[in-house]
Amino acid sequence: MNSTNGKPMNRKRSFKLMIVDDSNIMRRRIERSQQFEELQLVGTAGNGVEALELFKRTDPDVVTMDLTMPRMDGIECIGRLVALKPAVRILVISALADKATAVEAMEKGANGFLNKPFTDRQLNEAIADLMR
Amino acid sequence: MLYEQELKTFVEGTTNFFEVAAQQPASIGSPYLMEGTPAVHEYTGVINISGKREGVVYFTAPKAMLTVLLMKMQENDFSHETMRDLVGEVANTISGNARKDFGRDFVISVPSVLSGEKPDIPQKPGLRSFIIPINWRSHSAKLVVSLT
Repeated sequence: MNSTNGKPMNRKRSFKLMIVDDSNIMRRRIERSQQFEELQLVGTAGNGVEALELFKRTDPDVVTMDLTMPRMDGIECIGRLVALKPAVRILVISALADKATAVEAMEKGANGFLNKPFTDRQLNEAIADLMR
Repeated sequence: MLYEQELKTFVEGTTNFFEVAAQQPASIGSPYLMEGTPAVHEYTGVINISGKREGVVYFTAPKAMLTVLLMKMQENDFSHETMRDLVGEVANTISGNARKDFGRDFVISVPSVLSGEKPDIPQKPGLRSFIIPINWRSHSAKLVVSLT
């Protein structure tokens, strides 16, 4: 192990992850499929209102965000999360496949967009891009 | 009313879902038109459409098919709630993907899920439905598209 003064060098920084999707299946799928040791799941939410509450409690660095959800949709939620923490990295994971929606999400502050359905490889590439 | 190219959008969306999510392609039968509400399977995920088009898109499937689909998706929860979640997610994914061609004014609702063989599916009077038969492994399901 490389070290300086007994401390490890190049130690990977850990990032707190929050998963937002109204489908339990999708939340579990994202949690199971992401392969980044440095991502520590701090919680999951089923809509934008729950996501805001969880975000304030856990202060995540990385968020995966569905768009079509009850109570508060993903687009509105992205704007609110970015207002609370401009440095948060948000990957939209949505079935909505039109360009205008992707552009709107990015303008609100999202950093990446992945269409459903997706493969494990596509998910991990999108998360890797997000954390670069 | 649905144009041929629009119907093709839903057929491709259905094909893509099974290829990617289930990692096994489905065989799509010839779509056909019918009046009234078609028979449904045990679980039905309904998306209401508003905006420049109005109507419903729904995916209906038997429990046996959903169980295998969940297995292929590496799920290990096969509860009633997970079946409901899955049909809603399939309907949502196929409808959302259709916005690639229909545009953002094709507004989709969050899924509502109905269980049982005689659910009350909201449908505009006089509107005909296109049925897209889906055969996957040994199971049959349907995507129903009924739009103005």
